[in-house]
Amino acid sequence: MDTYALSHLEALEAEAIHILREVVAEFQRPVLLFSGGKDSICMLRLAEKAFRPARFPFPLLHIDTGHNFPELLDFRDHRAAELGEKLIVRTVEDALAKGIARATPGESSRNRLQTPTLLAALEEFKFDAALGGARRDEEKARAKERVFSFRDAFGQWDPKNQRPELWNLYNARINPGEHMRVFPLSNWTELDIWQYILREKLDIPSIYFAHRREVVRRDGQWLPVSPLLQPKPREEVRTLDVRVRTIGDISCTGCIESAARNVADIITEIAAARVTERGSRADDKRSETAMEDRKREGYF
Amino acid sequence: MNTTTANDTSELLRFATAGSVDDGKSTLIGRLLFDSKQIFEDQLEALERSSDLTGDGRINLANLTDGLRAEREQGITIDVAYRYFATPHRKFIVADAPGHVQYTRNMVTGASTANLMIVLVDARQGIIQQTRRHAYIAALLRIPHLVLCVNKMDLVGYSEKVFSRISTEFTAFATRLDIRDIAFIPVSALNGDNIVEPSTHMPWHKGPPLLRHLEEVYIASDRNLTDARFPVQYIIRPYSDEHHDFRGYAGQLAGGVFRVGDPVVALPSGRASRITGIHTFDGPREVAYAPMSVTLLLADDVDISRGDLLVRPDNLPTLGQDLEADLCWMSERPLQLNGKYALKHATRNTRAIVRLLRHRMNIDTLEPEAAPTLALNDIGRVRLTTLAPLAYDSYRRNRQTGGFILVDEATNETVAAGLIVDPPQVAPQAASDGGYAI
Ligand SMILES: Nc1nc2c(ncn2[C@@H]2O[C@H](COP(=O)(O)OP(=O)(O)O)[C@@H](O)[C@H]2O)c(=O)[nH]1
Repeated sequence: MDTYALSHLEALEAEAIHILREVVAEFQRPVLLFSGGKDSICMLRLAEKAFRPARFPFPLLHIDTGHNFPELLDFRDHRAAELGEKLIVRTVEDALAKGIARATPGESSRNRLQTPTLLAALEEFKFDAALGGARRDEEKARAKERVFSFRDAFGQWDPKNQRPELWNLYNARINPGEHMRVFPLSNWTELDIWQYILREKLDIPSIYFAHRREVVRRDGQWLPVSPLLQPKPREEVRTLDVRVRTIGDISCTGCIESAARNVADIITEIAAARVTERGSRADDKRSETAMEDRKREGYF
Repeated sequence: MNTTTANDTSELLRFATAGSVDDGKSTLIGRLLFDSKQIFEDQLEALERSSDLTGDGRINLANLTDGLRAEREQGITIDVAYRYFATPHRKFIVADAPGHVQYTRNMVTGASTANLMIVLVDARQGIIQQTRRHAYIAALLRIPHLVLCVNKMDLVGYSEKVFSRISTEFTAFATRLDIRDIAFIPVSALNGDNIVEPSTHMPWHKGPPLLRHLEEVYIASDRNLTDARFPVQYIIRPYSDEHHDFRGYAGQLAGGVFRVGDPVVALPSGRASRITGIHTFDGPREVAYAPMSVTLLLADDVDISRGDLLVRPDNLPTLGQDLEADLCWMSERPLQLNGKYALKHATRNTRAIVRLLRHRMNIDTLEPEAAPTLALNDIGRVRLTTLAPLAYDSYRRNRQTGGFILVDEATNETVAAGLIVDPPQVAPQAASDGGYAI
């Protein structure tokens, strides 16, 4: 009987494929959010597994903050072209120009501005389901989020009033103007993602591997020096071998010192890591409930 | 030194936890994560920063799992939270479900996918009403393994007598339920006794500590590998020159094993065909088994669509429009008898009318009782009629083809979890519920 067993990665993969197919079967106009980051790279592989030899039954959408690592954008374009799938890009820059998003004075991170930009893009294309690569292990507020996470006409999540989610029976019913965020990787951990990248031999942007970079010490983290982030007087600036664990804006993505040259090295490092992944994102550090506040507003 | 690495061939165990407020559920989970080294430095920092919120000054392991702000403020867990940890043997998904009566629906949600449930009791209080309710739900949802954790043993002097009194009482109660496997473990979540390491305070306990039990409990035979069931989820048609004739039936096996060459029948239509290929992105397969997601290729260009169930002709489910089922009611708005609901069963969406409420279960006495309707958190036996015929098994036989949800068509709210029971054996004719379509 043991020959009929699935490993934990195979079980997670089967679950994610089922979720992807369920979305396509139940919604009129789904879209897959693709940033070029490691979770969304796994999402693309899972979409290949779910729908090949046919083309993806949805386009890819990236919300570009304009503050991204250039390596990430190159990778994004290259991967979409390689797969022959349609990529839509909507920018925060554009949303600011059109008055869809409004910047708060003094705010350097553009993470918050992604939300109105995303909601406007969903409305523009009348998307009714957005597939995202978020995982429940990333953060406490996410730990309670459903796989099919309902958003009202304002794009808001109501954590106190979530639909019960039983077995693998997902309630996909919505009214016009509402939409669903769907998270096929809900039950994956950071380590699962890396093991999957290794198993599937997936290409990832070079910044996930150790590389030499000028970084500045701020709020207990090493942040990359860039035109958007210049060291202040008396701040410690070093050139180190670093890599990123999770990719956000270049202005708030912490780098960790690392010698990892390949995916197997990264897995070894993670298995021994003492800081969680989001601990390296400055925008989550502001308050204990930072993530929950952003999610209520419709952040992914 | 580090126990965090599950290698990529380790098995997945999903478990749910249940207990009353203050029995120490959050502490227990925090302890499992802490002792298996899943708590990271920044989380510890955040815990230290927020420990003032609870006033007792010391690090509160429970804060690690109590996620949402409202819960933080009220100091209670109100929704299912999912947690993850791994040892070299297994990877674990924990559904941390709230315990109060008014959150029965959240518990049912957490329990629906679990292989195992941990029911926690406070050693000073022993078995209480709540414990019986939790065990009943575990049995109702057919969770194959149950662990009764008698917590706070430090507060009863680590007394063997207290532990065996509680175990005996629970065993007596559990014989009235249908639970396959029960383990009893005396623990102190706060001090870590019998969580990861065997407790030095309780040498009289011969069984393994909790984590080892979770690593070793045998789950391979929990899946139904007997009844081949394939709910067709989506049809793959590439419409490209290269794959001009490709027509694949995509889905996740809900039970059993399918092989290339197997004869199959599509229900409800009853059309017969044969499997000519099992397609996956990683190449063709000879055999597929639950719960794999694959794409089946069939010999004939039969008319099969989403919602159909492919089975083997020598092992058929029941086909019919009249079902007996237990409903766990999950909405503030009570069940409308003779009202219409949307029903989702496997991959089929249809509508249903609940014709009759046979009884409501009194989950304190475990006795059925007459009731006019089902309100939030009630569980009751109903008879319902579906608009389209369903191909189903009893929930007892297969959790996938025996479970369904009801959705309110006006609010789109999920209002009930349904568990199909075998129809009452009236006459042989009636029992087959209209008979098979072939
Ligand atoms: N003495 C003792 N106290 C415990 C134990 N487990 C939990 N507690 C305490 O019981 C209280 C409730 O625990 P908590 O984990 O929040 O309970 P929950 O409501 O079930 O999640 C807290 O003050 C814990 O410190 C134990 O094994 N021994």
